[in-house]
Amino acid sequence: MTSGLLPHEAEVVDRQDETPDMFSLRLRFTDPEIQTTYRFALGQFNMLCLPGLGEVPISIVSDPDDRHAIDHTIRQVGSLTRNLGRLEVGDRLGLRGPYGRGWPAETAEGTDLLIVTGGLGCAPSVSLIEYALRRRSRYGRIHIIQGVKHAHDLIWRERYSAWRQHPDVEVYLTADTGDTFWPFHVGPVTQFFERIAIDPAHCSVFLCGPEGMMRTVIQEMVRRDVPAGRIWLSMERNMHCALGSCGRCQLGPKFVCRDGPVFSYAELAPYLAHKGV
Amino acid sequence: MKVQRFLPRDRFPSLLDRLSEAGYDILGPQVRDHAIVFDTLASVDQLPLGITDEQAPGHYRLSASSSGRYFDWATGPQALKPLTFVPREPLWTSETRDDGTLVFRESPPEARPTAVIGVRACDLAALAIHDRHFLHGAVPDPHYRARRESLFLIAVNCSRSADTCFCIATGDGPRVRYGHDLALSELDDGFVVEAHTGRGRDLLDSLATTEVTLDQLQAAEAGSAQAADQQHRRLPAGSLPDQLQAAVAHPHWQDLNDRCLTCGNCTSVCPTCFCQTHVDERSLDGREAHHARQWETCFNPDHSYIHGVTIRAERPQRYRQWLTHKFGTWVEQFGRSGCVGCGRCITWCPVGIDVTEELAALCQAPDTAPGQAPDTAPGPVSGAAPDRQEPGDD
Repeated sequence: MTSGLLPHEAEVVDRQDETPDMFSLRLRFTDPEIQTTYRFALGQFNMLCLPGLGEVPISIVSDPDDRHAIDHTIRQVGSLTRNLGRLEVGDRLGLRGPYGRGWPAETAEGTDLLIVTGGLGCAPSVSLIEYALRRRSRYGRIHIIQGVKHAHDLIWRERYSAWRQHPDVEVYLTADTGDTFWPFHVGPVTQFFERIAIDPAHCSVFLCGPEGMMRTVIQEMVRRDVPAGRIWLSMERNMHCALGSCGRCQLGPKFVCRDGPVFSYAELAPYLAHKGV
Repeated sequence: MKVQRFLPRDRFPSLLDRLSEAGYDILGPQVRDHAIVFDTLASVDQLPLGITDEQAPGHYRLSASSSGRYFDWATGPQALKPLTFVPREPLWTSETRDDGTLVFRESPPEARPTAVIGVRACDLAALAIHDRHFLHGAVPDPHYRARRESLFLIAVNCSRSADTCFCIATGDGPRVRYGHDLALSELDDGFVVEAHTGRGRDLLDSLATTEVTLDQLQAAEAGSAQAADQQHRRLPAGSLPDQLQAAVAHPHWQDLNDRCLTCGNCTSVCPTCFCQTHVDERSLDGREAHHARQWETCFNPDHSYIHGVTIRAERPQRYRQWLTHKFGTWVEQFGRSGCVGCGRCITWCPVGIDVTEELAALCQAPDTAPGQAPDTAPGPVSGAAPDRQEPGDD
């Protein structure tokens, strides 16, 4: 019997610097059998491990149908993520997963998508956006609203440009603080709501980012009669085990690692209303 | 069929002999550092004969009892938790080879057959809760399982309660009902011994017992009744999950800010608290790393820390998390409350916070007295508040 906590060796097959403090790693299990049998769902996460430093939960941003490698986009915040940022192609690390319940991409088929993200919230939502665009005919109109704290936090500027080229896709970008070369909006993500026509009966709302931002968007969606069961949030909490055992990620009765990280607002409404829950 | 026999006091040592012969390490209650704890038991002479415990909020003292009994005390600071969910458990080691490749190796579960004498009904109820958490989740825990399956449990029915006991209110005691191999009821001249499992029956059969008399059975039941009668702490009526959810912004939480030290004593002595932190250590040459889990407390701000933000930065928020989880959200997670009424959190709280009193206050409608809910606390109340950020607002 295994504990489910043992990492497997993985190799960095590619790395990309996204911003001064953000980077992407393309990983592959060194054991071909593990890589071949590894499957994940949209919006799930892995535990990345550097021996002696610890583990960190990181969402998977590549496509679930890509069986060759697993992409993670990471912000350097603490010693572990800084050291992950120093990895070069060919370097080894520990990897275990996937964990959690991801985005309900199939439930959302046939509806319009409104995807609102803030900060590094874009990482889990990028996988969702790319997923939907690769399967464009399954979804209606797609509105993407991305807010960042500062202009230099926006990664994948090219991707946003590319997304805009798809039919019936609107992309709105905004920063709390712009700079000279910031061609987009300045201010909160909520400024775009007036421009967007939402059909509450035929839309799915996906949120990822700071909880304050998500709460604000939820209020607006509820005001527009979008059912709570069609608003989805990707939550973040401290996690050490990812198996629902260590107790760190609790949000009300939910273990975010196991029951989430994606929840419908209907599930979380009682626990989101108050801070520190 | 219930098998009950009587073991005269002078033959009690034979119980230890049979356990030893069966290959068990034996743990039993004994006095250490002015408290009754489970430790290796070589002889019945080490048991706390004629010693009782005085417990009250923030108070635990041992004293001589008038009885000549081994188990005339209620609870020590430990339940079975340190034996099954150990304070620190190695999980895996890794090796970095010269060429930079990594090898990860699972640490094998460790356990020796161990018999524990003196387990209480509340301890067994807590063990059943941990069984549910560690063995019946999506991924059963091999370390917990090995330790758990190594145990032979000899319970003792309580004949007295401490002032802090409230197992009647949670429905978990004082009489042992499940989870044990043998249950003892201590009388002045010996023990009524009841077998609950096949191996318990085998052990009981190997002892020189006598037929149990009606008087002895009645004396044993009178002991349980006395323990029940001595309890005076109660839990609020009605659904605690509903009432605690309704009390999320109750001003009484802020009252805890002035009393709770967030020391985590309650979570250490609580037999059902299971939160963990995973820690990593590297050997001096950097080639080996060890990954272990150890007890963690939700009173530690680090418990809820994510990339620069502490979600429960304020003391009342952390107390609210503990109490609301234990008595409220636990029910949705595990089908019952996380409290077994052992009262340890009351006794071992250095400032004597009493969960039953806090629950009573929180289940009352807020009065008009000034107070602050934890999520509306002004900065000066908490040192962490001025830096308060929304999770992810970095």
